[in-house]
Amino acid sequence: MDFFVNFFVAAVLAGTPLLFGILGEIINEKAGHLNLGVEGMMSIGAVGGFVVGYWTDNLVFALIAAFVTGMLGALIYAVLTVTFMADQNVTGLTLTIFGIGFSNFVGDFVREKSGSTSLKLPEGILDSLGKVEIPFLTDIPVLGKLLFNYNIFVYLGVAAAILCAIYLHRTKAGLNVRAVGENPAAADAAGIPVTKLKYLNLMLGGGLCGIGGAYCSMIICNGVWVTSCVNGLGWIAVALVIFATWNPNRAILAALVFGGFSVLKYYVPQVIPSSIFDMIPFLMTIVVLVVTSIRFSKENAQPKSCGVNYFREER
Amino acid sequence: MKKKILGVLLSLAMVGTLMAGCGQQQGVEDQNASKTDSAQTEESADAGEDKEDGKSNFAPVAKEDLKVGVIHIGDPADGSGYSYAHDQGIVEMQKELGLEDSQIIRKNNIPDADPTMTEQAMRECIEEGCQIIFATSFNYMDTCEALAEEYPDVIFSHGTGYKSNDTNFNNYFGRIYQARYLSGIVAGMKTETNKIGYVAAMGSENSEVTGGADAFAIGVAEVNPDAQVYVKVTNSWLSPTEETNAAKALIAEGCDVIGQHCDTPNPQTEAESAGVWGVGYNSDMMNDAPKATLTSVVWNWGVYYTQAVQKVIDGTWTSENYFGGMDDGLVDITPLNEDIVAPGTQEKVEEARKKIVEDGFNVFDGVLETNDGKTVGEEGKTLDDATITGGINWYYKNIVVK
Repeated sequence: MDFFVNFFVAAVLAGTPLLFGILGEIINEKAGHLNLGVEGMMSIGAVGGFVVGYWTDNLVFALIAAFVTGMLGALIYAVLTVTFMADQNVTGLTLTIFGIGFSNFVGDFVREKSGSTSLKLPEGILDSLGKVEIPFLTDIPVLGKLLFNYNIFVYLGVAAAILCAIYLHRTKAGLNVRAVGENPAAADAAGIPVTKLKYLNLMLGGGLCGIGGAYCSMIICNGVWVTSCVNGLGWIAVALVIFATWNPNRAILAALVFGGFSVLKYYVPQVIPSSIFDMIPFLMTIVVLVVTSIRFSKENAQPKSCGVNYFREER
Repeated sequence: MKKKILGVLLSLAMVGTLMAGCGQQQGVEDQNASKTDSAQTEESADAGEDKEDGKSNFAPVAKEDLKVGVIHIGDPADGSGYSYAHDQGIVEMQKELGLEDSQIIRKNNIPDADPTMTEQAMRECIEEGCQIIFATSFNYMDTCEALAEEYPDVIFSHGTGYKSNDTNFNNYFGRIYQARYLSGIVAGMKTETNKIGYVAAMGSENSEVTGGADAFAIGVAEVNPDAQVYVKVTNSWLSPTEETNAAKALIAEGCDVIGQHCDTPNPQTEAESAGVWGVGYNSDMMNDAPKATLTSVVWNWGVYYTQAVQKVIDGTWTSENYFGGMDDGLVDITPLNEDIVAPGTQEKVEEARKKIVEDGFNVFDGVLETNDGKTVGEEGKTLDDATITGGINWYYKNIVVK
């Protein structure tokens, strides 16, 4: 039992940064933009959240900063692809390269300025990054440890996923976004402000990615600045959008399953080479691709206009 | 329908290429393995011996005319880790010998898996007039070998590999296992649960990592025969996420001291936030986790770089391989974290240090038991250097790999 609890908790913790990345990318794609810059936006959010947390010693400010810097990263992408119609794939890749470089530059610069070889968050914010115990709920045997014994990011992530699902599927604004993603020309004809919605949703997605990045720099690295701390998680998140079939609720499952696979090798006896375990998540993605392409359903598919810029005069 | 079939076919094609990719990788690994095997015989022939009876092929170079090239796999600005440690050595050499900044040509972020970029970086160094190039990462080796032949006037000094030639290409590395043995003593004294964790970058196929883990475990056994060392392998030299996850799993299993052979301080900070202890690597990780890190295993590359560049200036450089140890000061552990180490640790460490530096103790001495019931080595002998660098693929008896 102990073993299972430990494994489950590790899986949730490993899945949380992915969850934010997946949610950000789902919202981007629902607005019709395939944004390959998730890794970059996460990196920017990682350094933004970390540096502000370092200066202010306040978790709330750090989270806001991570969200805002992630949004600013997405704004670069939005200006280039929505207004200037640049190719989405190329712009996304560029954003990734820029974001990683920017993040390392700023983080290393602040460390150099601090005069120490190690940039560590102050005690106050480190305390608030610890486990949040919920009265009564955390004390339930087993279940309390499984579900109610995490840091604040985990609860935020689940809440964000549910809110995103409500936003996209239960509100008029969400309906408009999905219309833009499926067929921007038709949405435009129906009087939906396409450009405005694209900007807003791209930036909302970027903000979510930014929080995921802050998880990497503040939780995974325990509040010590580590260069390139996102280290590929953003790319996995982009792939997991397919696994989640563009559904924010399923993003929770996707993040949990992949978090589980990524830590599995540390919890099972090493009878097979651990490289096999490193491969499993990606094999799973291929399996999901096969299954979804066989059971094609319109609801669980990539939005139609995803990857194609909308140029009004070309209607 | 057509679309569906196409989709399935495309996916299958992806699986196919993935498998093919894997196969190829395996091939590369096998190749490496066989290379290592042949290298052992090569190396045992020339290990530590002067190849040219100490005669240099190079004329002295005036200090002002000297230019030194350095190829880094990462960015020295990282503030810790592998490239930083090497660059600190370069900085020390520069200070020691009084060279100008412009005399050091650094090429940073050169991926060692990319021979084209490696070659280009080295050619740039040569064009700028470098007399000696230090290549700090393992996979630069073959490029060094090829360019050493093309440019017989330039000295190529390659770190961590095993190839060299008779004239202008040598190899340098250090006996880091001696320092790991000391750190094992520190860990063995400290543990209360008698479970010690070790985050290893590579598995038993990698002799450097495995030998290091063994030396650490031998140190643990020296002071605490009941303790066991739990090893978890990340399969990556640098991955913040993996290293955190591995340390987390070790702590969940009850380990209360976390040693590491990987680049980030994450295992140390993870230990700190869980309220246990650790032993760092590459830089003094007490800065990162002051409440957890007992000591860190560190390189002092400046010892070698200063000596090598001085020889170039004097015209006495030879392609003799360098494999320095604690007696040279090339490897060591950082001063103990007095607030948290177990009482009496300092004395034990000094005793062991004296044994290594003065009495010629080599850690891998005599008959060693492995964790699968076999034995390695012979009574009254020690493992030769070729075996230590390329042939340790077993775990010491108190190591548990799960």
